Amino acid sequence: MASERRLRIKTLIMVLAMVVCANAGDLMLKRGMSQIGAVQLTSAGLAQAFRLTVTNGTIWMGILFLTGFMLSYMTVLSWADYSYVMPAGAFGYALLTFLAVIFLHESVSPRRWVGVVLICAGVMLVGQTKPRTTALASEAVA
Amino acid sequence: MRVILALTVLILGSTGGEIAITHGMKATGEPVRLRPLELLRFLGRAVRNGWFWAGVPLMALSFYSLLVLLSWEPISLVIPASALSYVVGTLGAKYILGEQVSAARWAGVVLVCAGVALVAAG
Repeated sequence: MASERRLRIKTLIMVLAMVVCANAGDLMLKRGMSQIGAVQLTSAGLAQAFRLTVTNGTIWMGILFLTGFMLSYMTVLSWADYSYVMPAGAFGYALLTFLAVIFLHESVSPRRWVGVVLICAGVMLVGQTKPRTTALASEAVA
Repeated sequence: MRVILALTVLILGSTGGEIAITHGMKATGEPVRLRPLELLRFLGRAVRNGWFWAGVPLMALSFYSLLVLLSWEPISLVIPASALSYVVGTLGAKYILGEQVSAARWAGVVLVCAGVALVAAG
C-alpha cells in the first residue's frame, strides 16, 4: 500500500499549506486594515480606503497568502475527497487558538477550549478515513 | 426570517461553489509532479473547466451574504451558525459527488461542526 501512504502524505502536506496560508493571509489583512483605520461608508471614504489598500504592502502580502490558500485547496481537491479536506481544514481554528495563547498571551475561555478539543478529535477521526473514495478520472474513462 | 434566508444563501452558496470546484478539479486530474511549471500547466487546465467558473460566482454570492449578515447580527452568532456548512457540505459530497462517507468520517464532521461553533462563539 505504498501509493495509499503517498496519497496520505501529500494530502497532509497540502492541508497544512492550506491552513498556514489561510491563517497568515487573514492575519496580514487584519494587520493591514488596522494600519488603514476604520473605513468611512461614503463615496469619498470608500475611494480613500481603496487607494490606501492597493498601496499597502501588508494587504498585498495577505492577498498573496490567500491566493496560496486557494491554489493549495484546488490542488488537493484534484485528488482528495471534498468530505475529507473540508473538515480537515478546520484544524486552522484550533491552530489559531494555540498561536493566540503562545504568541499574543490571550486568555481563552473554557468554552473555546472545549471547541478546540472537539475540532482536534474530529480532524483525527476524519484523518483516519481514506482520503479518496471516488474513482480516478483515468479509471472512470477506462 | 431575513437572517435565516441570508444564512441559507451563505451556506448553500459556499458548499455549492466548493462542490462545483471539486467536481471541476476531479475532471482536471491531479498534477503529475508538484513542481512550479507542472503546477502552472495544471492551473491552466483547471481554469478552462466550466465547473470552476460555475463555482466562483456561487462563492462570491456566499461572501456577499456573509457581509450582509455581519451588518445585521454579531459575528459571534454568524460564524457559529455558518459552521452548519460542514454538515451540509458532507451531505453534498455524499449525494452529489458520490463520495463514501463512513461512520467515522460522519462522527468527525459532527465533532468539527460543534467545535467550530464553540470556538467562534468565544
